[in-house]
Amino acid sequence: MAEVFAEDAVTAAAMLDDRRIEELSSGRSRGAGIRVVDGETTGFAHTADLSEPGLVAAAQAAAAVARQGGPGVRTVALGPGSFHGPGDRTLPDSVDKARKLELLTRADEAARSSGSAISQVSVGCGDSRRRVLIANSDGLLAQDDQIRTRFNVSCVANGDTGMQTGYESLARTEGYEIFDRHSVEEAAERAAARALTKLSARPAPSGEVPIVLAGGSGGILFHEACGHGLEADHILKDASVYTGRVGELVASPLVTLVDDGTVLGEWGNFAVDDEGFLPGRNVLIENGVLTDYMWDWLRARKEGRKSSGNGRRQSYQHLPMVRMTNTFLLAGAEDPDEIVAQTPSGVYVKKLGGGQVNTATGDFVFGTTEAYLIENGRITEPLRDANLIGNGPEVLRRIDAVATDFDMTPGTCGKDGQSVPVGCGQATLRITGITLGGTA
Amino acid sequence: MSSTDDLLELATSVVAQARDGEGLEVYVTRGTETDVRAYEGEVESLTSADSSGVGIRVLVDGKGDEGTRMGFAWAGSLDRDVIAATLADARDNARFATPDPDMVLAEPDGVAATELDLWDDGVASTPMEKKVALAVELERATRQADPRVRQVSSADYSDSRVEVALVSTTGISSWRRRTNAFLSVDAIAGEGAETQTGAGFSVARGPGELVPDEAMDDAVMRAIRMLGATKPRSGRCTVVFDPRVVSTLLSVVASALSGEAVVKGRSFFAGRIGEEVAASSVTLVDDPTDTRAYGAASHDGEGLACRRNVLISDGFLRMFVFDTVSGRRAGMPSTGSAMRGGFAGTPSAGCRALILSPGDLGAEQILAAVSEGLYVQSVSGIHSGVNPVSGDFSVGAEGLMIRNGALAEPVREATVASTLQRMLQSVVAIGNDLRWLPGAAAGQTLAVADMQLSGE
Repeated sequence: MAEVFAEDAVTAAAMLDDRRIEELSSGRSRGAGIRVVDGETTGFAHTADLSEPGLVAAAQAAAAVARQGGPGVRTVALGPGSFHGPGDRTLPDSVDKARKLELLTRADEAARSSGSAISQVSVGCGDSRRRVLIANSDGLLAQDDQIRTRFNVSCVANGDTGMQTGYESLARTEGYEIFDRHSVEEAAERAAARALTKLSARPAPSGEVPIVLAGGSGGILFHEACGHGLEADHILKDASVYTGRVGELVASPLVTLVDDGTVLGEWGNFAVDDEGFLPGRNVLIENGVLTDYMWDWLRARKEGRKSSGNGRRQSYQHLPMVRMTNTFLLAGAEDPDEIVAQTPSGVYVKKLGGGQVNTATGDFVFGTTEAYLIENGRITEPLRDANLIGNGPEVLRRIDAVATDFDMTPGTCGKDGQSVPVGCGQATLRITGITLGGTA
Repeated sequence: MSSTDDLLELATSVVAQARDGEGLEVYVTRGTETDVRAYEGEVESLTSADSSGVGIRVLVDGKGDEGTRMGFAWAGSLDRDVIAATLADARDNARFATPDPDMVLAEPDGVAATELDLWDDGVASTPMEKKVALAVELERATRQADPRVRQVSSADYSDSRVEVALVSTTGISSWRRRTNAFLSVDAIAGEGAETQTGAGFSVARGPGELVPDEAMDDAVMRAIRMLGATKPRSGRCTVVFDPRVVSTLLSVVASALSGEAVVKGRSFFAGRIGEEVAASSVTLVDDPTDTRAYGAASHDGEGLACRRNVLISDGFLRMFVFDTVSGRRAGMPSTGSAMRGGFAGTPSAGCRALILSPGDLGAEQILAAVSEGLYVQSVSGIHSGVNPVSGDFSVGAEGLMIRNGALAEPVREATVASTLQRMLQSVVAIGNDLRWLPGAAAGQTLAVADMQLSGE
């Protein structure tokens, strides 16, 4: 199999820091990655030279490393193709730079007027347009035009107990219409409030505690606890705790986990994946039972099945691999306030930061960036940041309540040195026990 | 790869297009990389590619005497047309920045760059078959190293050659080049239903200096000694960190020593120069002129000479590292510490080659002094659990308990927590076993008293 992945990406970013518009930047990246798969071996070469001689040279390099560099030409009839435009988007380059800067200034002002203890604010705004074209020797031909826009605010609050930080981001696979529905002031106020609240925070507890995760606080729990472990590349190498467990009960019956690249506008959304396949709504765990893994073309082919549309790559300079898109736990039936009320003591996590997992052991961590004590069924004092650590299969079994208040959060997923945008989602839920790494 | 001259020439020719009163800085880079991954005795994937790019900063005077406006643009190509479009983008971007009296390009400061040999011709001259064999053999040997190794999820060889030229209208003209070669392996050990993992690597300037056994032994030993690990009991104890973990921790401390973080009020070290911020045994130096350091470099990201900077000596905070702009904001000269994330990034202050001055004791002697504690072989969640602004520190940890001065049972699913401020003050032993590691810091065994261990 031979494949050409051509990409033309244009990005722009603006950064306000320390009350100044410090930097406007723009970037362009254009090139092609050529992949030749022979047996179990993949040869890959990439080039920024999109001329015919440039592409042929890269193709020869890829074929040579896959050991099928012999003579012979095979003509491939490409199929009708799957072409996708940017849709009804406000394209980034149609937006005046001054308007983008106004968003930054507005957010800076909103954050600083949230409290006199706010000592520093930085605001970033970025957009990208990524046009890709994929053709392969099976006759596949596909094209996509992906527009993404992000906005983030970081605040520092300074008080008697030192400094604390707060962060908030907006990110959608959309154009500048994102700001018609999302207020940059509100994002800034949330970031500022997070930093201010923690000025009076006490150290987080140490040891195993029940936790209630707020809806949309960051479905990163599922991304780390089981998402990565359900990627077929880990599965086929027996490097996941979920290998060979399809059909088994691997989670609480309250858990139905879906990976869905088709959710329009979400950060992990696209029309075709980076191997030219349509994304799908893939149910991974249904009522606690493991139903399937996520697949890219290469791993699906080994198992004689179809790609699930999870083949993604950071750029034309990278090989595709199995990646998540938008991964979320379906909402449950309970009232979120009721879940807190029925938790005698524990920790309420309002916002999560990043996380990390070892897929082979299932052990994972994720950090809290806004958390509170729960005492007698009530949310009380704020807590300083800490990591939570758990084992994926164990934590999934300990989910005993899921609410109705579903929401999504954007994030950046790193794997094997490649970053791709993903979405995560969940409703308020409770885990009966997980280790919190505080100092108290 | 071509000679020095053509990249410098290219950058110089772009700088020559500067308009009257316009500052221009042009960063051009070109590189070649090879990545081989072996699996089950075969090549799973092989990537071979050249890449190049340009980053251009344009500085124009603001209105009146308010200062200068900066615009930046980059592109992943060195085509003339693309460079022209990139320059136009950077100029357009400069129109919108806030005028800033401290926004200037670096000027030659009279410090001569140390001549460093960071280039190994072996990266280019070693045949591909030999590179492939290194990865395949590492995978095979790791599988056979111990019957409990039941999988090798990745065994990789990679190398790169990179050259960078940087030229500006303020008289900067620098060129540097480096090679790297890397072997890494991830071993999975199993016994019954249990699984543990260990990673090992070897890093050098060229493939000829790589030590495959070092990567294999480390991966296998780390995976196997974790078999049988359980969750520890929570409590306070002394924590001894492995050299690799120490390297990671120093990189985090470094972000609080960045002058940029300090002038913008994002460092817990701000305002503490001259104070005793660490135990008296702690001397921390950033020295990119030491060729043994992975981050060694002759020139920084603005083309100034890299130099040896003593950040903390005998526990006292001595200085921060600055690039030109953050230095001006603080009223200080650049310390030759501008970092940039390749052609797509602008300079910012940071450390590239940290070394914690070694102590007298070996790792075993350090352990021997601990009656009860935790030896941490790896940490997780560094980016989510360590905050260089507040100093709050909480990371996932796996390793072995220390009982009566010796390593005892393995533990996992634990965290260790404190604050960076308290940890620096609580350093009780620094090993003599300095290891040169990839990343921005070397590492050695380090013991920190009174940390909170969380488990059961």
